[in-house]
Amino acid sequence: MIRLEKINKTYFGAQPLHVLKGIDLQVNEGEMVSIMGASGSGKSTMLNILGILDNYDSGNYYLNGKLVKDLSENEAADVRNRTIGFIFQSFNLIPFKTAMENVALPLYYQNVNRKKRNQIAMEYLERFGLKEWADHYPNELSGGQKQRVSMARALVTQPKVILADEPTGALDSKTSAEVMQILREVHETGITMVIVTHERGIALRTDKIIHLKDGIIENIEINNPDSIDFSKEIK
Amino acid sequence: MFDFDGIHEIWQTITRNKTRSLLTAFGVFWGIFLLVVLSSTGNGFENGLMQQVEGVTPNTAFFFTGETSEPYKGYQKGRSWSMQMADLEAIKETFPCVKAISPEASVWSSEDKNVIYGSRGGSFSVKGVLPEYNTIEKSKILKGRFINDTDISANRKVCLLGKKVYETMFERGEDPLGKMVKVNGIYFQVVGVIRSYTDNVNINGSIDESVILPYTTMQQVYALGDKIRFFAIVADDETPITDIEEDLKQLIKQRHDIAPTDEDAINSFNVSEIFKAFKGLFFGIHILIWIVGLGTLMSGIIGVSNIMLVTVKERTREIGVRRAIGAKPKDIIGQVLSESLLLTTLAGLVGLCIGVGIMAIVGSITANMPSDNMMFQEPYMSFKAAVAATVIVIISGLLAGVLPALRAIQIKAIDAIREE
Ligand SMILES: Nc1ncnc2c1ncn2[C@@H]1O[C@H](COP(=O)(O)OP(=O)(O)OP(=O)(O)O)[C@@H](O)[C@H]1O
Ligand SMILES: [Mg+2]
Repeated sequence: MIRLEKINKTYFGAQPLHVLKGIDLQVNEGEMVSIMGASGSGKSTMLNILGILDNYDSGNYYLNGKLVKDLSENEAADVRNRTIGFIFQSFNLIPFKTAMENVALPLYYQNVNRKKRNQIAMEYLERFGLKEWADHYPNELSGGQKQRVSMARALVTQPKVILADEPTGALDSKTSAEVMQILREVHETGITMVIVTHERGIALRTDKIIHLKDGIIENIEINNPDSIDFSKEIK
Repeated sequence: MFDFDGIHEIWQTITRNKTRSLLTAFGVFWGIFLLVVLSSTGNGFENGLMQQVEGVTPNTAFFFTGETSEPYKGYQKGRSWSMQMADLEAIKETFPCVKAISPEASVWSSEDKNVIYGSRGGSFSVKGVLPEYNTIEKSKILKGRFINDTDISANRKVCLLGKKVYETMFERGEDPLGKMVKVNGIYFQVVGVIRSYTDNVNINGSIDESVILPYTTMQQVYALGDKIRFFAIVADDETPITDIEEDLKQLIKQRHDIAPTDEDAINSFNVSEIFKAFKGLFFGIHILIWIVGLGTLMSGIIGVSNIMLVTVKERTREIGVRRAIGAKPKDIIGQVLSESLLLTTLAGLVGLCIGVGIMAIVGSITANMPSDNMMFQEPYMSFKAAVAATVIVIISGLLAGVLPALRAIQIKAIDAIREE
């Protein structure tokens, strides 16, 4: 599903910073992997490249078998809209839209009519136990609820890949466990997932942990997440 | 882009910050409102003034004699001369385009009461005219008839009374027709009552305050002889009066042995030039009004543009998120442009409606005022101007959105994630 070949990325700030130094990575369809590493090791940079939010300097990135390189703004927007779902640490919900409207927004950019997209959005909210909160605005929701809304928004277009940058970073351990449980359930429907995290407890709930250090993949750890009781809090 | 769904989406962002949107829209509202009110007011004055001038047929010129200023054919300069009825006949023959021609002679009385009927009396001017005078200075016959050809040929001692003269000399509702009125010591039979078309334009004093006699009777009674010092002509609509004004003067000069180059012997002025001057004046006023209105509108538009720029900056994150979940640059441009367009158009239309509404009220108030010589009539904006204003608002709404829209598409999806 995702294949990275010798990806390099340098930020040209005050002084050039070589962040990714030849990343090779393969994530298979339906796989759930996590990326760990020290702060500044390039996790977010890598995830942004995967999400076509940022471009890379050299190497090749194949998504769903297609080379993602030098896409136009429109092509990139289309791929993001249809193939990828994003979950952010800070939720990034639109404050003046209700939970339902937030979830429905990606469908707006697919020109789905309002009735239809609100109906689909409701189905997803219901699935995440947020039916009663559909008409609430983000500032009326708890962190866990907000993250569930944002997961619903990520899934509403039925993407192939979910990219999550520290999805539990702003949540307490109990809510983190709930969120992970949901992600796990989503994963079981066959969606590929890449999660950036600082917390080992989260990483252990994924199939593979990719350890990033100074812009290269240090090692890949294989887990057996099925042995973990997901209802337990994360330490 | 402009479907209902899109409007809902845009409306949501506009109403999110209601106070700001209202304040922003106010500039545009005010610009259009001002434009409507000023332009309607300008129209009101123009209509009012034009109605005043309507009392005189536009294609009219007046001629009056003066002393000659050049010696010619043995005559000294400084000669006093006058025209005769025969001159008027000659003019009619030479210029078939002359529709009406009439001399006018006036006599003012120094007496306290020169017009007397029964125990009543008053001091009024006395005018002598030909029947055709009625088409030169428009008037309304309230009772009876105007001077006719028989009055002229028979030097009949008949008269018309101006409205004020009638009101002074007779009881309210009393029938004056056939009554004998004493004017400067001589009795005349009243054949009509006349009112001027408007109070503001008169030739040699208001018709309302005059007693009108047949010209020939006047000449006879006041021993004027066959002398004409003042006459007026109306040309048909195909012939601008200015085209014949000079030729006509030359004809008269020739008939009276006056040097063709003599500028002072015969003078004239024509109404069409006055009309033109008024039209020019109001054209200038309208241009001024549009400059003021559009200037105000412009500052309103710049206000909208400015606020939208700030808004776009504030919405960096929101726009970034939209980009991340699949909004294309054209979606973002469309959204910002539509927001600006919707805000401006709404504000403009509200300004237009309120302006038109207020002027409709003002118009109906002035229309109901009893005076029939209002200087202010039908203060309404022309439909064309309203359409133009609307089009300008729409275009400027789009223009106001251009800069903010360009700024908005600079925002990349990644900015949403970075800006914590
Ligand atoms: N737009 C940018 N311009 C310049 N340097 C950047 C930019 N974005 C990130 N960096 C730098 O690149 C490095 C990697 O950043 P990145 O965000 O990928 O780290 P991270 O692994 O996600 O760290 P964290 O765990 O703190 O989120 C950091 O040193 C950061 O300062
Ligand atoms: Mg990061």
